[in-house]
Amino acid sequence: MAGQEVSSRLVELLTAKDEQLASAWVEAVSRTLRGRMSLAELERELRELYTALVDGLRKGAFDWQGDAYAELRALLAELSRSRARQGFTPTETATSVLACKDILAPTTDTPSDDIHAYLHLGKLMDALALFTLEVYAKTREEIISAQSEQLMELSTPVVKLWEGVVAVPLVGTLDSARTQVVMEKLLQALVDVDADQAIIDITGVPAVDTEVAQHLLKTVVAARLMGAECIISGIRPQIAQTIVALGIQFGDIVTKASLADALKHALRRGGADVTTSGGQA
Amino acid sequence: MTERVPVLKIGDVLLVSIQVDLEDQIVLDLQEDLAARIVESGARGVVIDITAVEIVDSFVGRMLATTAAISRMLDAETVVVGMRPAVAITLVELGLSLGGVRTALSLEKGLDMLARPGDDRPAQR
Repeated sequence: MAGQEVSSRLVELLTAKDEQLASAWVEAVSRTLRGRMSLAELERELRELYTALVDGLRKGAFDWQGDAYAELRALLAELSRSRARQGFTPTETATSVLACKDILAPTTDTPSDDIHAYLHLGKLMDALALFTLEVYAKTREEIISAQSEQLMELSTPVVKLWEGVVAVPLVGTLDSARTQVVMEKLLQALVDVDADQAIIDITGVPAVDTEVAQHLLKTVVAARLMGAECIISGIRPQIAQTIVALGIQFGDIVTKASLADALKHALRRGGADVTTSGGQA
Repeated sequence: MTERVPVLKIGDVLLVSIQVDLEDQIVLDLQEDLAARIVESGARGVVIDITAVEIVDSFVGRMLATTAAISRMLDAETVVVGMRPAVAITLVELGLSLGGVRTALSLEKGLDMLARPGDDRPAQR
């Protein structure tokens, strides 16, 4: 039997009892999803898929990458994406497509031609299921990269402490990508706030190695180029020991143990008088 | 003939506001003009405003340092003002820290800085 005949036979089989088959499909899938999706929604989705599948078979035989299947592919991609976002497992997503095979599964009294057609359909459905999974994985990756980007944004706030003083409390490990973001945000804040004192607080940085120190120094030099002075604060005892042991030179960059000291220093440098309530400086 | 960057005089300070793309010839012309104007006017300070400069290369970075050195020879203090964050990052990545050049965030602060000689700190409100 040629591919064309097989596909037309399949179309015949699928259209003859379409109502019944689509319902069986919906039923099979809803069982695997265990009520996490409304039946009406699932039914609408799968009916659309069913129609698109029959349509594809009629026009494009088994060439699932061809134009005839464009609509089906778009529907599958959409289904896959929404499943990935809602947190369904890959198995559950793939089963939505693969369940279609079962409803047409041949029985003992199926004529051999139909079994042949069924095998072809099985292959087609496998390819489509793989396609669905691919989209699923891609969506998951997109979600992950979007999240890491958000995390990056979240973890580097630049706050204005005083008139002309901004601070960046750094929390978490510093790598090149993050330092780049910190540097850009800090420099932009200097312009926006019109600040000429910047405090980089590294209390939340678990470890400082030569690379991190290099990044910090670069940021300080860049801020100086723009006409602002930087103070590095929040250096914990162990970090101070590491820095000295590594032989890192901070040169004439002011370093302070606490953010409070750094702010006091920045205000003094800015010409403000700083006194405690007791009247002592 | 390439365009030249104007050198403006405000009191005893010369103001150079760079509004064009910095080509090598423009930079060289500027250095010449500036040196001549400092001698001619006896200016005490030079403010180079690079707010409009979006792209720099190592040549421009070095030129800023040389210009500052030339001005200092002629007893005029140079302040570079309005450097954009992207430009600052580029210069740092190029390994140019412009040692010896004073910088300020804005033109106002730069002028303020020159008005208080000997004070190494950026101007404050």
